[in-house]
Amino acid sequence: MNACKLTYLAGPAHKARMELRKIGPAGAARSLMAGLGLSVLSGCISVTAPDKPIVIELNINISQEVIYRLADDAENTINENADIF
Amino acid sequence: MAGLMHPLKRTHIAFAAALGAVALAGMAVPALAQRDPAYEAARSAGQIGEQMDGYLGIVGASTPSLERLVKDINIKRRALYAEKARAANATLEEYAFTAGCLNIARTAAGEKYQAPGGAWQTRTGAPPQRDPRCP
Repeated sequence: MNACKLTYLAGPAHKARMELRKIGPAGAARSLMAGLGLSVLSGCISVTAPDKPIVIELNINISQEVIYRLADDAENTINENADIF
Repeated sequence: MAGLMHPLKRTHIAFAAALGAVALAGMAVPALAQRDPAYEAARSAGQIGEQMDGYLGIVGASTPSLERLVKDINIKRRALYAEKARAANATLEEYAFTAGCLNIARTAAGEKYQAPGGAWQTRTGAPPQRDPRCP
């Protein structure tokens, strides 16, 4: 039975570009070889990093309802702290 | 002890306490502090702008003094947002975003603000481009 140890040799599933640069060509080649070796075995999942940067839109979950509820309060806060606004 | 009082009496006491609190709050209004001249100058020069998230950002080239200025104010804003958000039962991000809407609306002509697409804009006499959720 072939066991496929994804945790062995292979790096984390997601690797940022900077990290790839840091390990250099030798390291990249090594992980490429490891990746090839693993992909030859059946039942392995190959994970490729997305070519676009991942942007997490944190503001998307804020509802208009909440904003309207907080508007008066925030207005007062801004007025009372005019030195930092 | 309060539990033994007549309900009407309790209401009166609560009302009196509320009146007292209002009077105290009225007296405790501090002289409104104004913007630091360096902050005011950086704003009008368009070196720093209001972001959608409720904080200040550096618009063009960064300098150590600009960074210090922005960081200092943003730390104070964050502490204030956190405190007020807790009191209003909202998250820090919700409160900060709401303040961001207002901060952008209050920019003066010539000052910079962040449009919904993320790009910096210069405020003109026209209303600023804001997130559709802004009040």
